Amino acid sequence: MSAPKTLYDKIWDAHLVSEDEDGTSLLYIDRHLVHEVTSPQAFEGLRTSGRKVRAPEKTIAVPDHNVPTTLDRAKGIDNEESRIQVEALDKNAKDFGINYYPVSDVRQGIVHIVGPEQGWTLPGMTVVCGDSHTATHGAFGALAHGIGTSEVEHVLATQTLIQKKSKNMKVEITGKLRPGVTAKDITLSVIGATGTAGGTGHVIEYCGEAIRDLSMEGRMTVCNMAIEGGARAGLIAPDEKTFEYVKGRPHAPKGEAWDAALAYWKTLFTDEGAHFDKVVTLKGEDIAPVVTWGTSPEDVLPIDAVVPAPEDFKGGKVEAARRSLDYMGLTPGQKLTDIQIDTVFIGSCTNGRIEDLRAAAAVLKGRKVKDGMRAMVVPGSGLVRAQAEEEGLADIFKEAGFEWRLAGCSMCLAMNPDQLAEGERCASTSNRNFEGRQGYKGRTHLVSPAMAAAAAITGHLTDIREFDAELA
Amino acid sequence: MEAAKAGKTMEKFDKLTGVAAPLPLVNIDTDMIIPKQFLKTIKRSGLGVNLFDEMRYDRQGNEIEDFVLNKPAYRNAQILVAGDNFGCGSSREHAPWALADFGIRCVISTSFADIFYNNCFKNGILPIVLPQEDVDKLMDDANRGANAVVTVDLENQVITGPDGGEIRFEVDSFKKHCLLNGLDDIGLTMQKADAIDAFEKKYGAEAPWV
Ligand code: SF4
Repeated sequence: MSAPKTLYDKIWDAHLVSEDEDGTSLLYIDRHLVHEVTSPQAFEGLRTSGRKVRAPEKTIAVPDHNVPTTLDRAKGIDNEESRIQVEALDKNAKDFGINYYPVSDVRQGIVHIVGPEQGWTLPGMTVVCGDSHTATHGAFGALAHGIGTSEVEHVLATQTLIQKKSKNMKVEITGKLRPGVTAKDITLSVIGATGTAGGTGHVIEYCGEAIRDLSMEGRMTVCNMAIEGGARAGLIAPDEKTFEYVKGRPHAPKGEAWDAALAYWKTLFTDEGAHFDKVVTLKGEDIAPVVTWGTSPEDVLPIDAVVPAPEDFKGGKVEAARRSLDYMGLTPGQKLTDIQIDTVFIGSCTNGRIEDLRAAAAVLKGRKVKDGMRAMVVPGSGLVRAQAEEEGLADIFKEAGFEWRLAGCSMCLAMNPDQLAEGERCASTSNRNFEGRQGYKGRTHLVSPAMAAAAAITGHLTDIREFDAELA
Repeated sequence: MEAAKAGKTMEKFDKLTGVAAPLPLVNIDTDMIIPKQFLKTIKRSGLGVNLFDEMRYDRQGNEIEDFVLNKPAYRNAQILVAGDNFGCGSSREHAPWALADFGIRCVISTSFADIFYNNCFKNGILPIVLPQEDVDKLMDDANRGANAVVTVDLENQVITGPDGGEIRFEVDSFKKHCLLNGLDDIGLTMQKADAIDAFEKKYGAEAPWV
């Protein structure tokens, strides 16, 4: 009998090509996702050293960060540098023979939405991408790492990654969630509890009843932000919901291969008694709908709280909080629900999936956004967009006064023209509230899709639990 | 042949003597180190002028005087002493590219985000993790401006402060080896092609759906 293993241990062991005495290991990579921003230098490196892509059939590229999301985008990209970057990806995908979804393809979208949607991401796999939110794919019980461009080149050339094993961390969310509380509130609350460096050096496995109860979309939201808690990756053991989601996807196994895969996937769980180096437990019923007040994802509070004061913190965080409050233009003691909002952004790889759009549309149905509100929905992929149109969600958004955009990263990082102006305040379903993230001096409050939609209607940060009463 | 290529791009790091600049903020993210508008490049070079862009320049492109790297004493800093969780956020390797292009070859903090930490080693930058009291000491030293010349000796894993005091640090042995010798790890891995082939064969039989 071998010692009990965690899910992470099992996936690690199954991909170990070699291990040196000091623990430096070569890990085999099953799927390599690529986007236009972090890959050009890597492909250039291959060219100058005369190397090929070792496994083009396991490499999948899609432009997402720079692409316009306006309806006229077929006319091309105005910004020259952005255009060159997307064109470079077009060319690299062709020259190196890798799988590719160009801007004109309905399947194009944010790389972390496209991967699962097309069945590239499967349980038990190792998945990497030159993008920190690769953690998203952990929702399938895949070990998914964000990597830098040098590592992108390394994986392209060798289909392996040099790694040392991380520590195991368990984050358990017990029991049931209360009404109005979503996957986004779970993941932000975990970061609030552990801090943005709480997971550093660890791979997190999320478990517990509240996690099991989440849909695959919700699980992706949770794992997406594992990186915001500092973790190397986030994982959720696959179960029937996972298999159900994967089955029938274009690149999922079929027939006998499906049966064999399924039998293996069912072994992907943490064994009873396996060791975790760190354990964090939150009660589902204690989690409230939350919002960020500052410029780090750990600056999170229940929506019915007030803006904190720098003195509420300790050590280096005092100065950071002072700087955040100044940047965000907030006063200690102010009620979070009194914060007025100029813009609402619904989208990103955190909350740009169909379920997120459904949740927002449910709040918006038959209502109009506040006068002067700028509100935008950017579906995570062309297929999410098509489905939302089919379900009538697009009409709800448009009638409420939202712009209905094409798929891409958009205002999540504002590399394309979708940006906040100086001082503009945004309720956003994305994952980072860093200074300047959504535009120079723009102010970001991270929230769930339902809370973003509610803020669009009322014009201020809104407690979703009070929303109906407030409008009544 | 592959071995010959294995010296490719990376600058060696053995011993560095330079000015240390203090940046005591915690959670300095890679958006701060190099904002997204500079990620549109398809090159690795030339990012140094935009390092810390939004903290360093106003909207008109004028230098903001009290930002540390704009102060005369720190304009040629080669070492940064920074607050906890340095380099969190995006995986952009543009962050270490910008640091290296500016001339920063060593960053010292109580902790680093994982991806940034790895990215540093691929670009000839040594990130050093030290306990709070050592970082505080070096932060004090760094605050002394141009007098704050610090020596970082990777081979012996020792930092020598301006007053001669020594602080030992830990570093992963493989990463140290690559940095000391300026080794390109793709070349090193390529030497293990047989092991990768063998793994692929066995794994392909076990998990044909991959
Ligand atoms: S949506 Fe945002 S976080 Fe996700 S990949 Fe795009 S830029 Fe990164």
